[in-house]
Amino acid sequence: MGRSFGTGEFLFLLKAIPWTLALSLGALVGGGVLGIVIALLRTAPARPLRWLTTGYIELFQGTPVLMQLFVVYYGLAVLFNIQVGAWPAVLLAFTLYSGAFLGEIWRGSIQAIPRPQWEAASCLSLSFPQQLWYVILPQAARISIPPTVGFMVQLIKSTSIAAIIGFVELTRAGQLMTNTTFKPMIVYPIVAALYFILCWPLSLLAQRLERRIDAHLGVKKHF
Amino acid sequence: MNYVFQFNVVWEHFPELLEGAWLTIQLSAAAMALGLCLAILCAYGQSAGPRSVRWLIAGYVALIRNTPFLVQIFIFYFSLPVIGIRLSANSAALLAMTVNLGAYAAEIVRAGIEAIPPGQVEAARALGLKRLQIFRFIIIFPALKTVYPALASQFILLMLASSVVSTISAVELTAITNSLQSTTFRSFEFYFVATGLYLAMALGFRAGLSALYWVAFQRGRPA
Repeated sequence: MGRSFGTGEFLFLLKAIPWTLALSLGALVGGGVLGIVIALLRTAPARPLRWLTTGYIELFQGTPVLMQLFVVYYGLAVLFNIQVGAWPAVLLAFTLYSGAFLGEIWRGSIQAIPRPQWEAASCLSLSFPQQLWYVILPQAARISIPPTVGFMVQLIKSTSIAAIIGFVELTRAGQLMTNTTFKPMIVYPIVAALYFILCWPLSLLAQRLERRIDAHLGVKKHF
Repeated sequence: MNYVFQFNVVWEHFPELLEGAWLTIQLSAAAMALGLCLAILCAYGQSAGPRSVRWLIAGYVALIRNTPFLVQIFIFYFSLPVIGIRLSANSAALLAMTVNLGAYAAEIVRAGIEAIPPGQVEAARALGLKRLQIFRFIIIFPALKTVYPALASQFILLMLASSVVSTISAVELTAITNSLQSTTFRSFEFYFVATGLYLAMALGFRAGLSALYWVAFQRGRPA
Protein backbone atom coordinates (compact mmCIF):
# COMPACT_ATOMS: atom_id res chain seq x y z
CA MET A 1 0.00 0.00 0.00
CA GLY A 2 1.05 3.58 -0.58
CA ARG A 3 1.80 6.27 1.90
CA SER A 4 -0.97 7.86 3.87
CA PHE A 5 -2.02 11.40 3.07
CA GLY A 6 -0.54 13.59 5.81
CA THR A 7 0.95 17.03 6.32
CA GLY A 8 3.96 16.32 4.09
CA GLU A 9 1.71 15.36 1.19
CA PHE A 10 -0.44 18.43 1.72
CA LEU A 11 2.67 20.64 1.77
CA PHE A 12 3.75 19.06 -1.52
CA LEU A 13 0.49 20.28 -3.05
CA LEU A 14 0.92 23.74 -1.52
CA LYS A 15 4.45 24.00 -2.90
CA ALA A 16 3.10 23.44 -6.41
CA ILE A 17 0.84 26.51 -6.22
CA PRO A 18 3.69 28.98 -6.94
CA TRP A 19 4.24 27.18 -10.26
CA THR A 20 0.59 27.52 -11.18
CA LEU A 21 0.77 31.20 -10.27
CA ALA A 22 4.09 31.77 -12.05
CA LEU A 23 2.73 30.20 -15.23
CA SER A 24 -0.50 32.24 -15.01
CA LEU A 25 1.32 35.52 -14.32
CA GLY A 26 3.95 34.87 -16.98
CA ALA A 27 1.26 34.13 -19.55
CA LEU A 28 -0.71 37.17 -18.41
CA VAL A 29 2.26 39.52 -18.87
CA GLY A 30 3.42 37.99 -22.16
CA GLY A 31 -0.12 37.64 -23.42
CA GLY A 32 -0.84 41.20 -22.29
CA VAL A 33 1.89 42.62 -24.50
CA LEU A 34 0.76 40.45 -27.39
CA GLY A 35 -2.87 41.31 -26.68
CA ILE A 36 -2.28 45.07 -26.87
CA VAL A 37 -0.60 44.68 -30.25
CA ILE A 38 -3.44 42.48 -31.50
CA ALA A 39 -6.15 44.81 -30.20
CA LEU A 40 -4.54 47.81 -31.87
CA LEU A 41 -4.01 45.98 -35.17
CA ARG A 42 -7.58 44.66 -35.07
CA THR A 43 -8.90 48.21 -34.84
CA ALA A 44 -6.32 49.61 -37.28
CA PRO A 45 -7.46 51.10 -40.58
CA ALA A 46 -5.17 48.84 -42.67
CA ARG A 47 -7.13 45.83 -43.86
CA PRO A 48 -4.37 43.16 -44.19
CA LEU A 49 -3.38 43.77 -40.57
CA ARG A 50 -6.97 43.25 -39.46
CA TRP A 51 -7.21 40.00 -41.43
CA LEU A 52 -3.95 38.73 -40.01
CA THR A 53 -4.95 39.36 -36.41
CA THR A 54 -8.49 38.06 -36.98
CA GLY A 55 -6.99 34.84 -38.31
CA TYR A 56 -4.74 34.59 -35.28
CA ILE A 57 -7.66 34.97 -32.89
CA GLU A 58 -9.83 32.50 -34.83
CA LEU A 59 -6.99 29.97 -34.75
CA PHE A 60 -6.30 30.23 -31.03
CA GLN A 61 -9.92 30.52 -29.92
CA GLY A 62 -11.02 27.75 -32.27
CA THR A 63 -8.58 25.05 -31.15
CA PRO A 64 -8.09 23.35 -27.78
CA VAL A 65 -5.37 24.76 -25.59
CA LEU A 66 -4.05 21.21 -25.14
CA MET A 67 -3.46 20.94 -28.90
CA GLN A 68 -1.72 24.33 -28.90
CA LEU A 69 0.51 23.02 -26.14
CA PHE A 70 1.44 19.90 -28.12
CA VAL A 71 2.03 21.82 -31.37
CA VAL A 72 4.26 24.39 -29.66
CA TYR A 73 6.11 21.70 -27.69
CA TYR A 74 6.86 19.51 -30.69
CA GLY A 75 6.87 22.38 -33.18
CA LEU A 76 9.78 24.13 -31.45
CA ALA A 77 11.80 20.95 -31.69
CA VAL A 78 10.89 20.31 -35.30
CA LEU A 79 10.85 23.77 -36.86
CA PHE A 80 13.75 25.40 -35.05
CA ASN A 81 15.62 22.27 -34.08
CA ILE A 82 15.78 23.28 -30.44
CA GLN A 83 14.87 20.91 -27.65
CA VAL A 84 13.29 23.00 -24.93
CA GLY A 85 12.15 21.90 -21.50
CA ALA A 86 8.53 21.83 -20.42
CA TRP A 87 8.60 25.27 -18.73
CA PRO A 88 9.55 27.48 -21.75
CA ALA A 89 7.26 25.53 -24.07
CA VAL A 90 4.33 25.75 -21.70
CA LEU A 91 4.95 29.44 -21.03
CA LEU A 92 5.12 30.20 -24.75
CA ALA A 93 1.95 28.24 -25.50
CA PHE A 94 -0.04 29.95 -22.75
CA THR A 95 1.32 33.35 -23.81
CA LEU A 96 0.06 32.80 -27.36
CA TYR A 97 -3.26 31.54 -25.97
CA SER A 98 -3.85 34.44 -23.60
CA GLY A 99 -2.69 36.92 -26.26
CA ALA A 100 -5.61 35.85 -28.43
CA PHE A 101 -8.19 36.19 -25.64
CA LEU A 102 -6.84 39.44 -24.20
CA GLY A 103 -6.54 40.90 -27.70
CA GLU A 104 -10.21 40.16 -28.32
CA ILE A 105 -11.31 41.53 -24.94
CA TRP A 106 -9.37 44.75 -25.42
CA ARG A 107 -10.51 45.16 -29.03
CA GLY A 108 -14.06 45.07 -27.70
CA SER A 109 -13.18 47.71 -25.11
CA ILE A 110 -11.64 50.02 -27.72
CA GLN A 111 -14.60 49.61 -30.05
CA ALA A 112 -17.03 50.24 -27.20
CA ILE A 113 -15.82 53.84 -27.06
CA PRO A 114 -18.36 55.90 -29.01
CA ARG A 115 -17.29 57.12 -32.45
CA PRO A 116 -17.76 60.83 -31.56
CA GLN A 117 -14.89 60.53 -29.08
CA TRP A 118 -12.55 59.82 -31.99
CA GLU A 119 -14.13 62.58 -34.04
CA ALA A 120 -13.90 65.13 -31.24
CA ALA A 121 -10.25 64.23 -30.66
CA SER A 122 -9.62 64.56 -34.35
CA CYS A 123 -11.33 67.99 -34.39
CA LEU A 124 -8.88 69.08 -31.71
CA SER A 125 -6.22 68.20 -34.30
CA LEU A 126 -4.72 65.41 -32.25
CA SER A 127 -2.72 62.94 -34.32
CA PHE A 128 -3.85 59.30 -34.50
CA PRO A 129 -1.43 58.12 -31.78
CA GLN A 130 -2.45 61.08 -29.63
CA GLN A 131 -6.15 60.32 -30.09
CA LEU A 132 -5.48 56.78 -29.03
CA TRP A 133 -3.23 57.61 -26.09
CA TYR A 134 -5.00 60.61 -24.56
CA VAL A 135 -8.63 60.01 -25.43
CA ILE A 136 -9.49 56.43 -26.33
CA LEU A 137 -7.20 54.17 -24.32
CA PRO A 138 -7.84 55.75 -20.88
CA GLN A 139 -11.56 55.17 -21.35
CA ALA A 140 -11.14 51.74 -22.92
CA ALA A 141 -8.82 50.63 -20.11
CA ARG A 142 -11.52 51.28 -17.55
CA ILE A 143 -14.10 49.18 -19.39
CA SER A 144 -11.61 46.39 -19.97
CA ILE A 145 -10.67 45.76 -16.33
CA PRO A 146 -13.59 43.48 -15.27
CA PRO A 147 -13.39 41.10 -18.26
CA THR A 148 -9.59 41.03 -17.90
CA VAL A 149 -9.88 39.96 -14.28
CA GLY A 150 -12.46 37.39 -15.38
CA PHE A 151 -10.00 36.08 -17.96
CA MET A 152 -7.37 35.67 -15.24
CA VAL A 153 -9.65 33.09 -13.62
CA GLN A 154 -9.94 31.27 -16.94
CA LEU A 155 -6.15 31.40 -17.35
CA ILE A 156 -5.41 29.98 -13.89
CA LYS A 157 -7.80 27.13 -14.59
CA SER A 158 -6.35 26.47 -18.05
CA THR A 159 -2.81 26.16 -16.70
CA SER A 160 -3.95 22.85 -15.17
CA ILE A 161 -3.68 21.46 -18.70
CA ALA A 162 0.12 21.85 -18.52
CA ALA A 163 -0.02 18.83 -16.18
CA ILE A 164 -0.77 16.65 -19.20
CA ILE A 165 2.65 17.25 -20.75
CA GLY A 166 4.27 16.67 -17.36
CA PHE A 167 4.82 20.20 -16.12
CA VAL A 168 4.61 20.02 -12.32
CA GLU A 169 2.04 22.56 -11.18
CA LEU A 170 -0.90 22.07 -8.85
CA THR A 171 -2.82 19.50 -10.90
CA ARG A 172 0.29 17.47 -11.74
CA ALA A 173 1.28 17.54 -8.07
CA GLY A 174 -2.17 16.15 -7.32
CA GLN A 175 -1.64 13.35 -9.84
CA LEU A 176 1.74 12.52 -8.30
CA MET A 177 0.29 12.45 -4.79
CA THR A 178 -2.58 10.25 -5.95
CA ASN A 179 -0.09 7.82 -7.44
CA THR A 180 1.90 7.55 -4.21
CA THR A 181 -0.97 7.55 -1.70
CA PHE A 182 -3.78 5.88 -3.73
CA LYS A 183 -6.22 8.35 -2.16
CA PRO A 184 -7.92 10.11 -5.09
CA MET A 185 -10.98 10.80 -2.97
CA ILE A 186 -8.84 12.99 -0.70
CA VAL A 187 -6.25 14.45 -3.07
CA TYR A 188 -8.39 15.67 -5.97
CA PRO A 189 -11.02 17.43 -3.84
CA ILE A 190 -8.16 19.19 -2.02
CA VAL A 191 -6.65 20.21 -5.36
CA ALA A 192 -10.05 21.49 -6.46
CA ALA A 193 -10.42 23.40 -3.19
CA LEU A 194 -7.00 25.02 -3.65
CA TYR A 195 -7.95 26.18 -7.16
CA PHE A 196 -11.22 27.46 -5.76
CA ILE A 197 -9.35 29.51 -3.15
CA LEU A 198 -7.19 31.02 -5.91
CA CYS A 199 -10.02 31.72 -8.35
CA TRP A 200 -13.07 32.61 -6.31
CA PRO A 201 -11.81 35.96 -4.94
CA LEU A 202 -10.88 36.98 -8.48
CA SER A 203 -14.34 36.00 -9.75
CA LEU A 204 -16.01 38.05 -7.03
CA LEU A 205 -13.69 40.98 -7.76
CA ALA A 206 -14.56 40.82 -11.46
CA GLN A 207 -18.30 40.84 -10.64
CA ARG A 208 -17.94 43.80 -8.29
CA LEU A 209 -15.86 45.83 -10.72
CA GLU A 210 -18.39 45.16 -13.43
CA ARG A 211 -21.26 46.43 -11.30
CA ARG A 212 -19.30 49.52 -10.32
CA ILE A 213 -18.45 50.37 -13.91
CA ASP A 214 -22.03 49.89 -15.03
CA ALA A 215 -23.14 52.23 -12.27
CA HIS A 216 -20.48 54.70 -13.30
CA LEU A 217 -21.50 54.65 -16.94
CA GLY A 218 -25.16 54.79 -16.02
CA VAL A 219 -25.85 51.57 -17.93
CA LYS A 220 -29.19 50.00 -17.11
CA LYS A 221 -28.23 46.61 -15.75
CA HIS A 222 -29.79 43.79 -17.70
CA PHE A 223 -27.10 41.12 -17.59
CA MET B 1 15.70 23.57 -40.52
CA ASN B 2 16.64 20.08 -41.57
CA TYR B 3 13.50 18.27 -40.55
CA VAL B 4 11.58 16.52 -43.32
CA PHE B 5 7.83 16.67 -42.89
CA GLN B 6 6.06 13.42 -43.59
CA PHE B 7 2.37 14.03 -43.75
CA ASN B 8 1.64 10.84 -45.72
CA VAL B 9 1.84 8.86 -42.46
CA VAL B 10 -0.92 11.06 -41.14
CA TRP B 11 -3.09 10.50 -44.22
CA GLU B 12 -2.68 6.74 -43.86
CA HIS B 13 -4.17 6.99 -40.38
CA PHE B 14 -6.68 9.68 -41.26
CA PRO B 15 -9.74 7.39 -40.92
CA GLU B 16 -8.74 6.67 -37.31
CA LEU B 17 -8.46 10.39 -36.63
CA LEU B 18 -11.93 10.87 -38.09
CA GLU B 19 -13.26 8.15 -35.80
CA GLY B 20 -11.85 10.04 -32.83
CA ALA B 21 -13.34 13.27 -34.11
CA TRP B 22 -16.71 11.52 -34.40
CA LEU B 23 -16.59 10.55 -30.70
CA THR B 24 -15.65 14.15 -29.85
CA ILE B 25 -18.68 15.36 -31.80
CA GLN B 26 -21.01 12.82 -30.14
CA LEU B 27 -19.76 13.59 -26.62
CA SER B 28 -20.00 17.33 -27.21
CA ALA B 29 -23.46 17.24 -28.77
CA ALA B 30 -24.82 15.04 -25.97
CA ALA B 31 -23.23 17.25 -23.30
CA MET B 32 -24.65 20.37 -24.97
CA ALA B 33 -28.20 18.99 -24.89
CA LEU B 34 -27.97 17.60 -21.35
CA GLY B 35 -26.04 20.62 -20.04
CA LEU B 36 -28.62 23.02 -21.41
CA CYS B 37 -31.43 21.05 -19.71
CA LEU B 38 -29.48 21.16 -16.44
CA ALA B 39 -28.92 24.89 -16.89
CA ILE B 40 -32.61 25.58 -17.49
CA LEU B 41 -33.50 23.50 -14.44
CA CYS B 42 -31.01 25.50 -12.36
CA ALA B 43 -32.32 28.76 -13.75
CA TYR B 44 -35.87 27.71 -12.84
CA GLY B 45 -34.74 26.75 -9.34
CA GLN B 46 -33.01 30.08 -8.91
CA SER B 47 -35.97 32.12 -10.05
CA ALA B 48 -38.73 30.15 -8.34
CA GLY B 49 -37.19 27.82 -5.76
CA PRO B 50 -36.95 28.29 -1.99
CA ARG B 51 -33.89 29.96 -0.52
CA SER B 52 -32.06 26.70 0.29
CA VAL B 53 -32.37 25.52 -3.32
CA ARG B 54 -31.14 28.90 -4.58
CA TRP B 55 -28.06 28.68 -2.35
CA LEU B 56 -27.39 25.12 -3.43
CA ILE B 57 -27.48 26.13 -7.09
CA ALA B 58 -25.34 29.21 -6.49
CA GLY B 59 -22.80 27.01 -4.70
CA TYR B 60 -22.75 24.51 -7.56
CA VAL B 61 -22.23 27.26 -10.13
CA ALA B 62 -19.45 28.94 -8.12
CA LEU B 63 -17.70 25.63 -7.42
CA ILE B 64 -17.65 24.49 -11.04
CA ARG B 65 -16.74 27.88 -12.48
CA ASN B 66 -13.76 28.31 -10.16
CA THR B 67 -12.08 24.91 -10.55
CA PRO B 68 -10.35 23.49 -13.64
CA PHE B 69 -12.23 21.10 -15.90
CA LEU B 70 -9.29 18.68 -15.76
CA VAL B 71 -9.58 18.35 -11.98
CA GLN B 72 -13.36 17.89 -12.30
CA ILE B 73 -12.75 15.00 -14.70
CA PHE B 74 -10.25 13.42 -12.32
CA ILE B 75 -12.80 13.62 -9.53
CA PHE B 76 -15.50 11.96 -11.63
CA TYR B 77 -13.23 9.24 -12.98
CA PHE B 78 -10.69 8.55 -10.20
CA SER B 79 -12.35 9.74 -6.98
CA LEU B 80 -15.93 8.51 -7.38
CA PRO B 81 -14.97 4.79 -7.62
CA VAL B 82 -13.64 5.09 -4.04
CA ILE B 83 -17.19 5.69 -2.82
CA GLY B 84 -18.50 2.94 -5.07
CA ILE B 85 -19.55 4.87 -8.17
CA ARG B 86 -17.64 3.30 -11.04
CA LEU B 87 -18.10 4.89 -14.46
CA SER B 88 -16.65 3.95 -17.83
CA ALA B 89 -14.28 6.52 -19.34
CA ASN B 90 -16.90 7.70 -21.82
CA SER B 91 -19.70 8.09 -19.30
CA ALA B 92 -17.38 9.84 -16.82
CA ALA B 93 -16.37 12.20 -19.62
CA LEU B 94 -19.98 12.86 -20.59
CA LEU B 95 -21.00 13.40 -16.97
CA ALA B 96 -18.10 15.79 -16.31
CA MET B 97 -18.83 17.75 -19.49
CA THR B 98 -22.54 17.99 -18.65
CA VAL B 99 -21.95 19.11 -15.08
CA ASN B 100 -19.35 21.62 -16.25
CA LEU B 101 -21.47 23.09 -19.03
CA GLY B 102 -24.54 23.13 -16.78
CA ALA B 103 -22.88 25.59 -14.41
CA TYR B 104 -21.63 27.95 -17.10
CA ALA B 105 -24.86 27.81 -19.06
CA ALA B 106 -26.94 28.31 -15.89
CA GLU B 107 -25.16 31.61 -15.35
CA ILE B 108 -25.78 32.66 -18.95
CA VAL B 109 -29.46 31.63 -18.88
CA ARG B 110 -29.93 33.48 -15.58
CA ALA B 111 -28.61 36.64 -17.23
CA GLY B 112 -31.17 36.17 -19.99
CA ILE B 113 -33.97 35.74 -17.48
CA GLU B 114 -32.95 38.89 -15.63
CA ALA B 115 -33.27 40.77 -18.90
CA ILE B 116 -36.98 39.91 -19.22
CA PRO B 117 -38.98 43.04 -18.35
CA PRO B 118 -41.15 42.34 -15.26
CA GLY B 119 -44.13 43.80 -17.11
CA GLN B 120 -44.14 40.77 -19.42
CA VAL B 121 -44.61 38.38 -16.52
CA GLU B 122 -47.29 40.59 -14.97
CA ALA B 123 -49.13 40.71 -18.28
CA ALA B 124 -48.96 36.92 -18.58
CA ARG B 125 -50.28 36.54 -15.05
CA ALA B 126 -53.09 38.94 -15.83
CA LEU B 127 -53.99 36.76 -18.82
CA GLY B 128 -54.30 33.80 -16.44
CA LEU B 129 -51.30 31.77 -17.59
CA LYS B 130 -50.13 29.09 -15.19
CA ARG B 131 -46.75 29.29 -13.47
CA LEU B 132 -45.10 26.69 -15.71
CA GLN B 133 -46.66 28.23 -18.81
CA ILE B 134 -45.26 31.61 -17.83
CA PHE B 135 -41.81 30.11 -17.31
CA ARG B 136 -41.94 28.30 -20.63
CA PHE B 137 -43.42 30.91 -22.96
CA ILE B 138 -42.77 34.26 -21.32
CA ILE B 139 -39.47 33.71 -19.55
CA ILE B 140 -37.28 30.90 -20.85
CA PHE B 141 -38.00 31.11 -24.57
CA PRO B 142 -37.25 34.83 -24.98
CA ALA B 143 -34.36 34.52 -22.49
CA LEU B 144 -32.72 31.76 -24.53
CA LYS B 145 -33.16 33.84 -27.65
CA THR B 146 -31.43 36.83 -26.02
CA VAL B 147 -28.44 34.89 -24.72
CA TYR B 148 -28.14 32.47 -27.64
CA PRO B 149 -24.82 33.89 -28.93
CA ALA B 150 -23.21 33.56 -25.49
CA LEU B 151 -24.58 30.03 -25.14
CA ALA B 152 -23.26 29.07 -28.55
CA SER B 153 -19.73 30.22 -27.72
CA GLN B 154 -19.91 28.36 -24.42
CA PHE B 155 -20.94 25.22 -26.32
CA ILE B 156 -17.93 25.56 -28.61
CA LEU B 157 -15.59 26.16 -25.66
CA LEU B 158 -16.93 22.91 -24.21
CA MET B 159 -16.19 21.04 -27.44
CA LEU B 160 -12.62 22.34 -27.34
CA ALA B 161 -12.26 21.54 -23.63
CA SER B 162 -13.33 17.96 -24.36
CA SER B 163 -9.78 17.31 -25.67
CA VAL B 164 -8.84 17.08 -21.99
CA VAL B 165 -10.90 13.91 -21.49
CA SER B 166 -8.15 12.06 -23.38
CA THR B 167 -6.39 11.88 -19.98
CA ILE B 168 -8.96 9.37 -18.70
CA SER B 169 -8.63 7.17 -21.80
CA ALA B 170 -11.85 8.19 -23.51
CA VAL B 171 -10.68 7.58 -27.08
CA GLU B 172 -11.72 10.84 -28.71
CA LEU B 173 -9.62 12.82 -31.20
CA THR B 174 -6.84 13.87 -28.81
CA ALA B 175 -6.41 10.38 -27.35
CA ILE B 176 -6.21 8.81 -30.82
CA THR B 177 -3.70 11.45 -31.90
CA ASN B 178 -1.60 10.74 -28.81
CA SER B 179 -1.44 7.03 -29.48
CA LEU B 180 -0.78 7.44 -33.23
CA GLN B 181 2.05 9.90 -32.73
CA SER B 182 3.70 7.67 -30.17
CA THR B 183 3.77 4.70 -32.55
CA THR B 184 4.81 6.64 -35.68
CA PHE B 185 7.12 9.26 -34.08
CA ARG B 186 5.52 11.94 -36.26
CA SER B 187 4.34 14.09 -33.34
CA PHE B 188 4.28 17.47 -35.00
CA GLU B 189 2.47 16.29 -38.13
CA PHE B 190 -0.24 14.46 -36.16
CA TYR B 191 -0.88 17.28 -33.72
CA PHE B 192 -0.90 19.79 -36.56
CA VAL B 193 -3.58 17.86 -38.46
CA ALA B 194 -5.58 17.17 -35.28
CA THR B 195 -5.52 20.90 -34.48
CA GLY B 196 -6.87 21.54 -37.98
CA LEU B 197 -9.65 19.02 -37.36
CA TYR B 198 -10.61 20.79 -34.13
CA LEU B 199 -10.71 24.10 -35.96
CA ALA B 200 -12.95 22.54 -38.60
CA MET B 201 -15.23 21.11 -35.90
CA ALA B 202 -15.41 24.49 -34.16
CA LEU B 203 -16.44 26.15 -37.43
CA GLY B 204 -18.87 23.30 -38.11
CA PHE B 205 -20.50 23.58 -34.70
CA ARG B 206 -20.75 27.34 -35.11
CA ALA B 207 -22.55 26.91 -38.43
CA GLY B 208 -24.78 24.20 -36.97
CA LEU B 209 -25.69 26.30 -33.95
CA SER B 210 -26.56 29.26 -36.18
CA ALA B 211 -28.84 26.99 -38.19
CA LEU B 212 -30.41 25.79 -34.95
CA TYR B 213 -31.07 29.38 -33.92
CA TRP B 214 -32.90 29.95 -37.16
CA VAL B 215 -34.99 26.80 -36.75
CA ALA B 216 -35.82 27.49 -33.11
CA PHE B 217 -36.41 31.23 -33.07
CA GLN B 218 -36.79 32.66 -36.56
CA ARG B 219 -38.76 30.24 -38.68
CA GLY B 220 -42.30 31.23 -39.49
CA ARG B 221 -42.09 34.45 -37.52
CA PRO B 222 -42.54 37.92 -38.95
CA ALA B 223 -39.22 39.73 -39.11
